Amino acid sequence: MNKQATHVTHKEPLFRITKRDGIAFWKAWAIRVGAILLSLVACALVIYLLTDLNPIQVYEAIVKGAVGTKKRTWVTLRDALTLLCISVAITPAFKMKFWNVGAEGQVLMGGLVTAAVMIYAGDRLSPAVLFLVMLVASILAGMVWGLIPAIFKAKWNTNETLFTLMLNYVATQLVTFCIVFWENPAGSNAVGIINPLTEGGWLPPLFGLTYGWNLVIVLGITLVMYIYLKYSKQGYEIAVVGESENTARYAGINVKKVILRTMSISGALCGIAGFLLVSGASHTISTSTAGGRGFTAIIVAWLSKFNAFVMMLVSFLLVFMEKGAIQIASQFNLNESASDVLTGIILFFVLGCEFFINYRLNRNHNKKEEAAK
Amino acid sequence: MNAIIIFIQKAIAQGIVILFGATGEILTEKSGNLNLGVPGMMYMGGIGGLVSAFLYENHAANPNGLIAVLLSFVCAFLCAALGGLIYSVLTISLRANQNVTGLALTTFGVGLGNFFGGSLSQLAGGVGQIALPVTSAAYTAKIPVLSNLGVVGEIFFSYGFLTYLSIALALFVTWFLQKSRSGLNLRAVGESPATADAAGIAVTKYKYLATCLGGGICGLGGLYFVMEYAGGTWTNNGFGDRGWLAIALVIFALWKPKNAIWGSILFGGLYILYLYIPGLQRSTQEIFKMLPYLVTILVLILTSLRKKKENQPPASLGLPYFREDR
Repeated sequence: MNKQATHVTHKEPLFRITKRDGIAFWKAWAIRVGAILLSLVACALVIYLLTDLNPIQVYEAIVKGAVGTKKRTWVTLRDALTLLCISVAITPAFKMKFWNVGAEGQVLMGGLVTAAVMIYAGDRLSPAVLFLVMLVASILAGMVWGLIPAIFKAKWNTNETLFTLMLNYVATQLVTFCIVFWENPAGSNAVGIINPLTEGGWLPPLFGLTYGWNLVIVLGITLVMYIYLKYSKQGYEIAVVGESENTARYAGINVKKVILRTMSISGALCGIAGFLLVSGASHTISTSTAGGRGFTAIIVAWLSKFNAFVMMLVSFLLVFMEKGAIQIASQFNLNESASDVLTGIILFFVLGCEFFINYRLNRNHNKKEEAAK
Repeated sequence: MNAIIIFIQKAIAQGIVILFGATGEILTEKSGNLNLGVPGMMYMGGIGGLVSAFLYENHAANPNGLIAVLLSFVCAFLCAALGGLIYSVLTISLRANQNVTGLALTTFGVGLGNFFGGSLSQLAGGVGQIALPVTSAAYTAKIPVLSNLGVVGEIFFSYGFLTYLSIALALFVTWFLQKSRSGLNLRAVGESPATADAAGIAVTKYKYLATCLGGGICGLGGLYFVMEYAGGTWTNNGFGDRGWLAIALVIFALWKPKNAIWGSILFGGLYILYLYIPGLQRSTQEIFKMLPYLVTILVLILTSLRKKKENQPPASLGLPYFREDR
């Protein structure tokens, strides 16, 4: 990587960079797999240098921690599904080149209203009505949180990256605001498990699977989004606006309308992810309910090139690392943050390898020829 | 009166961390790179300074304050600049997406900081919280005579040297961007790299230097937090959302470091205002904590509404530049 950096500044570069017209499918994947393998070697080196541990043993512990028992496998799967849901949610916005860095806040808002419904109506409504209310409320909350920056972007071209980023923290503060009223037991500054006895508003098991609903809802959303983006007229409009707003305008597409519509969808789906996190997983709400997933999802969506099936793979891989790290932490008496370091290194390699997929390096022969003369 | 003095002192103490971050990020953004890795680089800077000072204090027979300060300062700067270098290699040379790379850098840097920070006490033999008496004493040393000048002394001269450095640095970067030739070149790169390239400016070199130096400056914010604000101790995730606040301050300051100086103190004040307003409920305190973000959003909207040319972000901010893509 560093080689490249120094060569650019040379007067007579050793390599010429040309853009590839296209690359064979297997070749692109060979490069990606190669990058991941290289990153694992780099991680092994880092592990060895920092901790003196045998990297192979550490990797074994990661696998054990992530999928070692049936329960662990399910938790890993559940979290991977949530991450997938958020990644799918931000995909239409990103395809439109609308940098929605606010998924974190949109998810939190969805989770917040879900928790509110559970607390105030969890034991009063019949389950069918209750879940409908929770779902609709979370969708609306996420939608509103996504629409606010979209309106300003559409009307005045306000920078959406920074706007959505700021809204995350407003959402976080709203959650702490509500926690003051909902805390249980009093003075703990935490909401605790909501409706622990009646399990009101907890997503029930489906087909005997604890996280059956999560599976069905997320896979359903993923499939519908795939079809929406690939085959619908609206999906095509999103792609055109993303490529070039001027072209879109010329073709008679109402750009403002597309921005607003797409961000409503994106926010709404983030809201559903919040619903799944609260009702389908943690049964509580805190500022860390979204837990950085809104940011990780951006990386997932980008690395997958917005391909729904690759997204499944990438989100599983990232959650796998995260869960594995908890095991390393307890087994080797290390710090859980080790996983962030390793994940970061893997991401750097994967991000960097895209260059070799899009561009070709050609050796410059000029120097040798001149020397021969 | 006393409460007001303490409020101002605390507001400044809160502000300096984000002032360093904002100054560094402005330098970076002026080259057209939107580096969302500021939180990560702050952690890298903080931990770099902490670890080096820790090793020095534990291995030197008679630790000297000046050497400890120099060592930790250089290490903090280099560590954070390394974060900027990773970002530069990926986005400038390897042409990866800026936002995604920045977020990955944040994951990496925060993880690195917490990993070493959390492991330090283990290194120390499990004594619990580490302490750096010599280094933190040197960092928090006040100006000898001036700090005794009553109210004036307490408001203006009761801080460690990093506080004054941060303000001097912000002023220097302002001068650099507006008056020096390299600064003008840098701005040209950020506004329109293709034009700058045609004019013979080494675009890649400017982008690399601005991003790495900017990263290093962000790291000094981390150093300040660890050494002066926290007194040479480490708490995992202790920086909170200060890294993002620094990015918010860049917008608030309209990409001008000298605005960031008073902006940072204002942000610091807003950040802790809830502690000083009497009669607030716990819940309303939380609403007050939103203020810095709401103010930033407001500024963001207003600048986009007024469309004043000199208040806009660098035109090529966030966009990659490849000569052959034209």
